Amino acid sequence: MSVEVTGRPPGTDDPESSSAPSTGTRRRRSVKKGTGRLAAILVSPTLIVLGLVVAYPILSALHESLFRARDDLDAQGFVIEGDVFVGARNFTDILFGPEAERFWNAFWNTTFFTVTTVALETVLGVAMALVMHRALRGRAFVRASILVPWAVPTAVSALMWRWIFAPDGIANLALGRQILWSADAVAAKVAVITAEVWKTAPFVGLLVLAGLQLIPQEVHEAARVDGASGWSRFWRITLPLIKPALLVAVLFRMLDALRMFDLPFVLIGQQKDSVETLSMLAWTEATNIQFGPAAAYATIMFAYVALVAFAFVKMLGADVIGDARTSVRRKRSAPAGKEAAR
Amino acid sequence: MTAATTTRTHATETAPAKRRRPRQWSDALPMVGLVVIVGYCLAPFYWMVVTAFRRPEDQFDNTLLPRVWSLENFAAVFDPSVGFHRALLNSVVVATTTTVLTLIVASLTAYALARLEFRGKNVVLGLVIATSMFPGISLIVPLLKLFSSFGWINTYQAMVLPSLSFALPLAVWNLTMFFRQMPVELEQAAMVDGCTPAQAFRKVIVPLAAPGVFTTAILTFIVAWNEFIIALSMVNKESMQTVTVAISKFTGAQGFEQPFGTQMAAGVVVTVPLVLAVLVFQRRIIAGLTTGGVK
Repeated sequence: MSVEVTGRPPGTDDPESSSAPSTGTRRRRSVKKGTGRLAAILVSPTLIVLGLVVAYPILSALHESLFRARDDLDAQGFVIEGDVFVGARNFTDILFGPEAERFWNAFWNTTFFTVTTVALETVLGVAMALVMHRALRGRAFVRASILVPWAVPTAVSALMWRWIFAPDGIANLALGRQILWSADAVAAKVAVITAEVWKTAPFVGLLVLAGLQLIPQEVHEAARVDGASGWSRFWRITLPLIKPALLVAVLFRMLDALRMFDLPFVLIGQQKDSVETLSMLAWTEATNIQFGPAAAYATIMFAYVALVAFAFVKMLGADVIGDARTSVRRKRSAPAGKEAAR
Repeated sequence: MTAATTTRTHATETAPAKRRRPRQWSDALPMVGLVVIVGYCLAPFYWMVVTAFRRPEDQFDNTLLPRVWSLENFAAVFDPSVGFHRALLNSVVVATTTTVLTLIVASLTAYALARLEFRGKNVVLGLVIATSMFPGISLIVPLLKLFSSFGWINTYQAMVLPSLSFALPLAVWNLTMFFRQMPVELEQAAMVDGCTPAQAFRKVIVPLAAPGVFTTAILTFIVAWNEFIIALSMVNKESMQTVTVAISKFTGAQGFEQPFGTQMAAGVVVTVPLVLAVLVFQRRIIAGLTTGGVK
């Protein structure tokens, strides 16, 4: 076991400090060779697999996006083998050329779905968590039922909502209207948003509830004694304290919403302008064996997601691996503490 | 865990007495809220189940319970011509293989991340988390071309391998958290007694980590079972479809315009095992989901 003797004194371990990486590097020099090798052996399978199924495809898509299949078809309708290098033309076609209209439509649909669903999920999720946190009875039952939407496969939930939103389905009956949910552009969007929020708001609620349960009751008691109203207790105590957990949840929900595919695909259908997302557009191209343009879409999609994640982490300071990092340090400081105690 | 729950229930039971506001208000409001939440979560699901049990000719009934209970829709789902058995089998194979592979690979890495000191640990952790954020479609387009050239289209491996891209990060993250919660002293004791770190892992950690591994297995299985876009892209032969894909293309055995009854029955068949797992293991699943924060 590699007990480090260079450890800093116990108690100086500030979990919020950002100096961890630099001190970390300095201290890791003391690691024994054997442990390093074992770690490498243990970690490498994961890295190799992720390299094969994640890193390779992304790089390959970037390369692929610079080529385009020949347009010629042979007598049977099969594509003649061979790709032509077209440089950035796949991208310029998508962004400004003949494909632009469809692309920007999908881009705005994706963005619109992401913003609306994540906003609704967050508000509903926090509300659900607050209710569940205050509930006195039936917690187990509520917890079980809140997991149901999460467990229902998205394809099945899309089918379920298609039935609810059928022309003579229960939604129209309840609203007393005759809305053609799958044909009308606005209604189709509403249907997708409803189905997505149904599935994911309880999940957000669950994560927020876990955060709420970590807040000591005393904090609220103190604020109440000081005369803070329920509303201001929520804004000034609860929300700031659950903010780290909430930010990570929102980030993951956003990234998930940006790649939305199954729900509009099954609920409304393929190649419907009103709900076509970037993933659906790229998929359509890929299945038409338009690998070059499809790869360009995939690359744009990847860049968009990476940009959103980066902006979110930079601007709002969502600490994605924070949980793990603090525990690394807590554990690391433990042997150091023992050294000092001795 | 049980002890903590009991104390919490005790505490909550005595709580209302201390409240200063009128009793009915503070008692009733959360209960109303709970009913709303449960209704919100279960009502659409309930509607699916009820529709599944109606007779096909009652499909458009809007009664809360079927007028006549019937298994006709289920019979239609399992009609041999539909091939739904085969889709179920495919899903079981793909989800199980994905889960097993993921657990083997992830538990090694998670052990290293939780227990060993090595250079670049945070980088590995960051990389693993980052890969879970990548949009599936960005991976599928190139893999589709690669697998076509291998002749892997319509094979299980073409579905299992890409599924590792999201299953592995989830499992590594969860297992790392579980391994970390176990006391280091146990391993140290084993190593003092002469075990190598590898032996300490096998003889001490693995048995102790069983609950955590089990939780991770459930989560991975559910996520793999629900996977859609990979299975849709890598397969174009009906006999290799997984249930999620089969169900989306379901036209049913009968000649209805939209065989919603059959579709709902198929949906119930696909979902019920998961809902049962959720009911039985809810505590574990919630623990797993909330340590992760990663879907």
